[in-house]
Amino acid sequence: MKHKTFFWFILPTFLAMFFFIMLPIISICLQSLHSPHENVFVTVENCDPFGCKKSTSIDHDATNILKNENPLGKFVGFDIYFDRGHLAIDKINEIWIKNNNFFNFLTAISNLPFYKAIFFTLTFTFTVTPIMLVLGLLVALGVNSINKQLRGMIIFFSLLPMIVTPLIGSIILFWMIDSRGIIGNLLQIFLEDPDFSLKASTNITWIMLIIYGVWHAIPFSFIVFYAGLQTLPKDQIESAQIDGANSFQQTIHIIIPHLMPLITFVTLMQLMDNFRVFEPIIGFNAEAHATSLSWIIFNDLGGETRQLSAAATSSILTIIGVLILLSPVLIKTWKEFEFKK
Amino acid sequence: MILKSHKNNFKYSSIFIYTFVLFWVLLASFPFLWTFWGSFKVELDFFSITNWTNAITGENTKQTYGSPFTFIGYHGAWVQEEFWRAFLNTSLVCLFVVVTSLTIGTLGAYALSRSNYKYTFWLLIIALIFRAMPPITLVAGYLPPFFEWNIWGTLPTTIIVLVSINQPFTLWMLHSFFKNIPKELDESAKVDGCSQYQAFGHVIVPVMWPGIITTGLFSFLLAYNDFAVTSMLLSDENRTMVPKIAAFLGTTYTEGNVMFAVAAVVSATVPLFILIMFSQTKIVSGLTQGAVKG
Repeated sequence: MKHKTFFWFILPTFLAMFFFIMLPIISICLQSLHSPHENVFVTVENCDPFGCKKSTSIDHDATNILKNENPLGKFVGFDIYFDRGHLAIDKINEIWIKNNNFFNFLTAISNLPFYKAIFFTLTFTFTVTPIMLVLGLLVALGVNSINKQLRGMIIFFSLLPMIVTPLIGSIILFWMIDSRGIIGNLLQIFLEDPDFSLKASTNITWIMLIIYGVWHAIPFSFIVFYAGLQTLPKDQIESAQIDGANSFQQTIHIIIPHLMPLITFVTLMQLMDNFRVFEPIIGFNAEAHATSLSWIIFNDLGGETRQLSAAATSSILTIIGVLILLSPVLIKTWKEFEFKK
Repeated sequence: MILKSHKNNFKYSSIFIYTFVLFWVLLASFPFLWTFWGSFKVELDFFSITNWTNAITGENTKQTYGSPFTFIGYHGAWVQEEFWRAFLNTSLVCLFVVVTSLTIGTLGAYALSRSNYKYTFWLLIIALIFRAMPPITLVAGYLPPFFEWNIWGTLPTTIIVLVSINQPFTLWMLHSFFKNIPKELDESAKVDGCSQYQAFGHVIVPVMWPGIITTGLFSFLLAYNDFAVTSMLLSDENRTMVPKIAAFLGTTYTEGNVMFAVAAVVSATVPLFILIMFSQTKIVSGLTQGAVKG
């Protein structure tokens, strides 16, 4: 295709991505280096017949001049990155000096808001991804070996947890695990403990969120693996059967190697999706026990105060995290491209 | 003898497999069926303290309304809390997002699939990075200019933003569909005297319809399911369904109107249910498309 034709075809989508993805990224980089202007105060001495009083008030004119001169705010360099709400370098130093045991050090750090979010995000990402891979493969193998006429209906029901809005899915599960909901209620009867609650402790909240994450993600790996199973090399399976391989050995030695490219693909997509975990925290009302990077950004942006600089800083740190997660793929793609040339 | 034991083994394993698959199907569908059933009950049945079977039989609902089913939750959500407004907003947002995404995405993805220059590769890589970034990271960058120009909170602004942040995904998906269409098709059209634009419009797009519809389904889902961006960019009266439900959660717990929220949740799930029913094969092919092409 000629350069000129290419240009006109790509222009609309390029403009959309340039103005609403590229420029905002540049904007949040700048925002994260500036903090909002503080109000300018003036002290005025008011004298009346009873004496003189000094009163302090906001000088709106001076504040507005400051804001108009530099709408981004006051340049603070990397201060926001290192403040208590983000990387908290001072705090880390302090904790490092106090704790000589590495485990204690980690525990102390995990109470800092940003690190708390990182710990949960990483735990969620790296537990949900492997569990959903294994369970999705098992469901795919199961569905692949049952009656063909039933499969369509099974796929229909299986798609529900993934297709339904994540916020709605998590709210629905949250209502069920409520102590008055069916699961919470049955657990109380089963454990013979009428006060048992799934919402009380941090550990149980994390487990619930991870279970939700797996439930939401299984359909994706199931569908992809199921599609992969339709192209299995029949002759290999047959010869393995003749050689006396049982179904477990067949799975390990033929099916999994055959599905390997799909496993890589699903892993990659899941790492990206789980890293942005956010809706279940809102749906499960779990802010007190679990926060994620996306949740921190959301929390800063919302409310009356709208702390844009803090949100921008968290955003930049999140994007860096995504890039690190994605780097193996990017390097591999680049090498393949170079190789093709 | 050996054959017989083999056969028995087969039977046991297939019973095990059927149980396992049945268990998964229940796990996947039961929460939705349960909530659907419960949405026609009163709160005391949906959240039953005394006896969990009340949620099935609707004892308290019968006492209050004389029948185990009531539409009180739906009435409260749709009429009293004006959920229809949110439904209308969602419909508008989804319609315009899908149409716009597909129009500009098809043009772009076609160009990317038919060009072999180095910049093509870099554009695709940049789109992949954009696809991996959580959309909420961009919101801090949107807010100051949107407030400045007074366009915050309106549907058109949100539609343009949703179209843009969904472009990377749309491009990748359509790109992999276009790669399946042989280049010879364009070439032969050009030999017959078509320009590149005519070849695209008259020859490629008709062949691409299945791929375009599948991609459209997924951009519909992205717009319909979005919570983070829409809740930050829409003002209260322009809210779409998902942010509206999130807002319900805050207010209904305090006011004791949880059933409004349950009804709203079920109302927002039904369109998705219907969507899966009619386009199951398309969704499956869309999910596997990227995978098969690697």
